[in-house]
Amino acid sequence: MLRAADQVGTGLAGIDVVGLSKVYPGLHGPFAAIQDVTFAVRDGEFAALIGPSGCGKTTLLHILAGLIDSTAGAVTMPRGHPGRLGTALVFQGTSTLPWMTALDNVAYGLRLMGVPLAERIARARGHLERVGLLAFADAYPHQLSEGMRQRVSIARALATDPAILLMDEPFADLDEQNRLLLQDELLRIWQEDRKTVLFVTHSLDEAIRLSDRVLVMSASPGRIKTEVPVPFGRPRDYQVIRRDPAYGALSARLWGELREEVLRAGRP
Amino acid sequence: MRVADRWLAVVSPLGLLVLWEGLSRAGVLDPRFIASPSAIGRTLVALIRTGELPYHVGVSVERIVAGFLLGSIPAVALGLAMGLNRSVRALLMPLVAAIYPIPKIAVYPLIIFYLGIGEASKVSIVALSIFFLVLLNTMAGVLGLDRTYFNIARAYGARPVDLFTTIAWPGALPAIFTGLKLGMGFALIVIVGAELLGSDAGIGFLIWRSYQIFAIDVMFAGLLVTAVLGWLATIALDWLERRALPWRPN
Repeated sequence: MLRAADQVGTGLAGIDVVGLSKVYPGLHGPFAAIQDVTFAVRDGEFAALIGPSGCGKTTLLHILAGLIDSTAGAVTMPRGHPGRLGTALVFQGTSTLPWMTALDNVAYGLRLMGVPLAERIARARGHLERVGLLAFADAYPHQLSEGMRQRVSIARALATDPAILLMDEPFADLDEQNRLLLQDELLRIWQEDRKTVLFVTHSLDEAIRLSDRVLVMSASPGRIKTEVPVPFGRPRDYQVIRRDPAYGALSARLWGELREEVLRAGRP
Repeated sequence: MRVADRWLAVVSPLGLLVLWEGLSRAGVLDPRFIASPSAIGRTLVALIRTGELPYHVGVSVERIVAGFLLGSIPAVALGLAMGLNRSVRALLMPLVAAIYPIPKIAVYPLIIFYLGIGEASKVSIVALSIFFLVLLNTMAGVLGLDRTYFNIARAYGARPVDLFTTIAWPGALPAIFTGLKLGMGFALIVIVGAELLGSDAGIGFLIWRSYQIFAIDVMFAGLLVTAVLGWLATIALDWLERRALPWRPN
């Protein structure tokens, strides 16, 4: 298998980012949110991105999702096709539209893509079923729990059949038990079609548990400091891997990388 | 509302009526100046029988409904545009801020000057009086929306028209209803005021004419009908709001 680092700049990767920077005009002069970010994610790879708060993780995802433009650098990703989106982004926190039912929320991406009504309802129902919420198709978000709402957001992203799934700390607002449940579900669904995933998180455990490789970002202005492969195979059982000595070693190594960045970010 | 609260809500107006009637019968209240509730009731029944009251109420309601549509539809459209677009907001906000605080009834002579004393001026004054309330509430509704909603839409490739129809409009609808409810109160104040000033029909005209011929009971009947109209309008808007916003937690 090709190493992701070898694919940088080749256009072969799932996500190929070269020299990406974003500079905001600030009150006290220009402010670089991310600077010279270079990395690649293999096609079908599950990559996690960790970094201290405010290091530009969300900025990076928003550039990849096409929400904002970069100041410099290049991004190469598969394009969307009719009925298929290039990238779909799962947001942190309030990520369902409160005025739409669960079904309409899941169908929302398809609606914007111009998928005909009958087809998008069928596709949306299928994806609601995948996340176990078909019985709640007509419920509004305020009638659902936080965990159910996040399932709806994931279903909405997957319904657009994206080539790349971007996730911005999607489980950050969940309690520990629900987070474990949703991580399991995400892995089960991902296992079915192995989409390229870039998953932003601030939890080391979540990164190790879910991903094939962890990208560590530096404190602001963010760049990719290092990348660490996760040695566990798939399908993964959390109960098994967390007893593996390699788990502790990996966690310690990631924290070692991250710790100085967190300290740096905390300094004025 | 609890059942006990509902009963309590009836106690105060009913108690006031009983007290009022009692004081009238005891001769404490002079019937030449303050008609008794029973007299007002008899007058109301008579006014309804002759068709006079339904006619005047119909005229006023027609003006209010027409004015409401004429004022609120452009107000919502412009409010959404101002909420969505910084440049439109910067362009129009100074004008809105300057015109909004002018009491609209004070503009009425000007409106009569341009449009005459017919229906056009009545409908226009209602439209004008609710326009800014609905506009400002709509804009505030859009501005108060979580930015994530817009990002969700744009991440899935929403065009500007999609932002308008799937995010700004449904998201601002609760605030739009707040504007409409506030506007309903102002519409009643303004239409009765306008009918007092220059009209030959409507609730305000009924009250004014009764004053001129010193028919105190009819004046009170007119006031009562105005209050009931406002109450019914609130109920109608509440009902419409519940129908339009099934997604809101109670």
